[in-house]
Amino acid sequence: MRFHKLSLKNIQKSFKDYAIYFFTLILGVAIFYVFNAIDSQTVLLNTQSYVYELIKMMTNMLSGVSVFVSVILGFLIIYASRFLIKRRHKEFGIYMLLGMSKRKISMILFFETLFIGILSLGVGLILGVVLSQFMSILVANMFEADMTSFTFIVSKSAIIKTLIYFGIMYFLVMIFNTISISKCKLIDLLHSEKKSEQVKLKNPILCTILFLIAVAMLSYAYYCVTIGAKDLYYAYEIFIPIGLGCLATFLIFFSLSGLLLRIFMSMKGLYYRGLNSFTLRQISSKVNTTVFSMTIICLMLFLTICVFSASLSLKNSLTQNLEELTPVDISISKRRNFDEKALEDGWSLEQIEDSKKTIPESFLEMDFDYQNYFEDIFEFNVYTFSDMTIANTLGSVYDEIVELYPFLSYDTAEEFVSLSDYNKLARMYGLDELSLRDNEYAIVADYDQWITIRNDGLKANTPLVLNGKSYYPNREECIYGFMDIASNHINIGFFVVPDEALNAADLYRSLMVANYKGITDVEKEHIEKVVHDLEDNSYALNSTLSVSTKLTIYAASVGLGAMVTFIGLYLGLIFLISSAAILALKELSESTDNKERFQMLRNLGADEKMINKALFYQILIFFLCPLLLACIHSVFGILFCNYILESMGTTQLLTSIFTTAGFLIFIYGGYFLITYYCSKNIIKER
Amino acid sequence: MKNILKIDKIEKYYGSKSSLTKAIDNISFEVDEGEFVAIMGASGSGKTTLLNCISTIDKVTSGHIYVDGMDITKLKGNDLNKFRREKLGFIFQDFNLLDTLTAYENIALALSIQNKSYKEIEESIQDISAKLNISDVLAKYPYQMSGGQKQRVASARAIITKPSLVLADEPTGALDSKSAKMLLESFQYLNELMQTTILMVTHDSFSASYASRVIFIKDGKIFHEIRKGNASRKEFFDKIIDVVTLLGGDLNEVS
Repeated sequence: MRFHKLSLKNIQKSFKDYAIYFFTLILGVAIFYVFNAIDSQTVLLNTQSYVYELIKMMTNMLSGVSVFVSVILGFLIIYASRFLIKRRHKEFGIYMLLGMSKRKISMILFFETLFIGILSLGVGLILGVVLSQFMSILVANMFEADMTSFTFIVSKSAIIKTLIYFGIMYFLVMIFNTISISKCKLIDLLHSEKKSEQVKLKNPILCTILFLIAVAMLSYAYYCVTIGAKDLYYAYEIFIPIGLGCLATFLIFFSLSGLLLRIFMSMKGLYYRGLNSFTLRQISSKVNTTVFSMTIICLMLFLTICVFSASLSLKNSLTQNLEELTPVDISISKRRNFDEKALEDGWSLEQIEDSKKTIPESFLEMDFDYQNYFEDIFEFNVYTFSDMTIANTLGSVYDEIVELYPFLSYDTAEEFVSLSDYNKLARMYGLDELSLRDNEYAIVADYDQWITIRNDGLKANTPLVLNGKSYYPNREECIYGFMDIASNHINIGFFVVPDEALNAADLYRSLMVANYKGITDVEKEHIEKVVHDLEDNSYALNSTLSVSTKLTIYAASVGLGAMVTFIGLYLGLIFLISSAAILALKELSESTDNKERFQMLRNLGADEKMINKALFYQILIFFLCPLLLACIHSVFGILFCNYILESMGTTQLLTSIFTTAGFLIFIYGGYFLITYYCSKNIIKER
Repeated sequence: MKNILKIDKIEKYYGSKSSLTKAIDNISFEVDEGEFVAIMGASGSGKTTLLNCISTIDKVTSGHIYVDGMDITKLKGNDLNKFRREKLGFIFQDFNLLDTLTAYENIALALSIQNKSYKEIEESIQDISAKLNISDVLAKYPYQMSGGQKQRVASARAIITKPSLVLADEPTGALDSKSAKMLLESFQYLNELMQTTILMVTHDSFSASYASRVIFIKDGKIFHEIRKGNASRKEFFDKIIDVVTLLGGDLNEVS
């Protein structure tokens, strides 16, 4: 029994020192619960059925991420507890001196972990349950669902999952503790506190060389993900700059701590002012002994920043353009006039037969009276020419373009729409109408990268020879627009030409756009359901019809947007609290050493103000070091993310960066302030 | 001669009313400028408490302590730090050097806290290190130095600010006899040639024999006081030993 009591007393005694560790555990448990309880939280939401499907998919993703998160938290807990044990070696040494066996010390540690585990799980779960109520509001908000009634929900499955995951983590910690105690020698335990620090200034020449190498590696890695990003053909190639970046980060922390100190030491006026020499030495020795953790923390912060801002900007770009990109409720596209060769491309005979029919004819086959359901119906045809591929329409600039963008495909047939059809469509979509002279053409596109490519061709005044007649660009740049409704800017471009130019063109596909005959959401949803049911029609299975509706596009975009936001939030929060907690623990656990040092400064007559300032800067710089490098990394990381996400539409980078900065300052800054005040408290004069 | 330290009927009590310990029981004495005073007493006699009260690390229960005419028992907060910074120099048994700084930086810290310019710092350190024979260890870290070197560095740090009073708490306690002798000779040198006023607490008769006056404390009271006068160090040492015998054997033992 007395072991329990000893353990409990130990926890009480050291609670002040470990409060931040305990606090992090609680946060970890709470976050874990909140993100795993989403599905139960949303069961009662009053929303459309597809939203449930999306939420279900999202929770599946989140539970996958949870495994990863628990690995991170597991490492944090093991690291932290090893760290805390090290600080208590003297205490264990005294126990052993008094005749306690290692097994019994392990037992004490076992109970301590058990108590801390139970307590943090309990408090964390309570906090999690409270927070998850807000989460359901957030989810409802994101899916634009009504919160008709607020119900307090506790997710049993999430609780059990949290208990199991954290139970395993704590169990591992117990094993690690036992191993680390069994390896200890009494003499080391007793003398562990007396070991005075051995300051080793690294060789400045070696440091400079390593620093230069690291900078070179980083520059190359940065180059790879920005200017050189176009040359990345295969997915695995991205690991080269990532690997280089990690190694360079380590080297920079390794070399910079010594190097910066040398530089400051040579600035004697600054170095020997007030407590500067002391503060700089403190920081340098701390960074020196924690190069590896600093690297990990820096990389985690880097990931946090990138994941946060990328997911937020992706979410924004996914949902922001929807209104504009889906001006009609439905668009139906149908491939037309296949010849026998289409068999080789995998189309069936029935489909080839069906491709001879217009869209209304196909609807008739399905007994679908579309005029009953649709209004504002507009149907038109899209044409191709056998000799008009992208390569041909680019004309003289083709060679340059291929060199710049070698991985794009240029042998696709270009689509052509007649001027009168396009203007009718534009009127419906609210886009600008066009006027063309007899020998002019225009390109309509909204995909940024392709607009750049095609603008080059237009600027070169590339002529198109259609049916023996030459056509020239109406203007030097693409016109913004699209014909199929979509969730993103994915129209790589189609040609608008005077009507008579298409006299001898091949019919490629027919397009029908329309609105639902309905005013209320319920009516529209009803029609949507009818359209969805058509997919199961036996004729539809063998037709070349393809349907996009505003509602499905919305659902998919909102769902994907919500998913990336939640995953981003989840990972970002965990990374952030883990790295901040490691820094805070490191700082606080050294406060005993610092206490003596600061007392010495007091004896020398340093003011409280001076001492607090020294402490403040010491902790601030310790916290800023990894953050600063992470921010530099992130600039390039975000640029790269942006490059990848470009296809998703215009990215709202600035807003998401500000949001990320806000999060970072709040959580990281919060940890910093808590650490500062706790340390100040610890070094305070008795 | 100017009066540097004046202790006026101070008392220091520990504990509650039911179990009161009088660590210092009505002590008064004075130290003049340029004096080297040793305070001797067994463990528990109250000598360290006395030193802590003078250095403002601890507070007296009653009475007054004047340093340079200023009543330091009335000081509070940053005035205390200012007082320590400008008037006092400390030398501790366990050196109390900052282990992350070199000897040079340790000494410099005492001056940089007073916002002295680097030029001043550099000059003062070169000067003092030559006098204390530590010029060749200035670039070393505490863990690279011997105990004697460390204590001399600590001494340099204590007197570089030209304090009114240097307080030394068992400065030879952690040194071997050779280093102790060297340190004490340094003290003597500082005292005689630089007119540094030193108040040293010790239980070692040999150390005390380097002082110009020795005050004996027993159970929180002044038991006896002897002056060196014109006697040689050897004669003074014998006199000290006589008093110690009178006090009851070796000071280390509880009699």
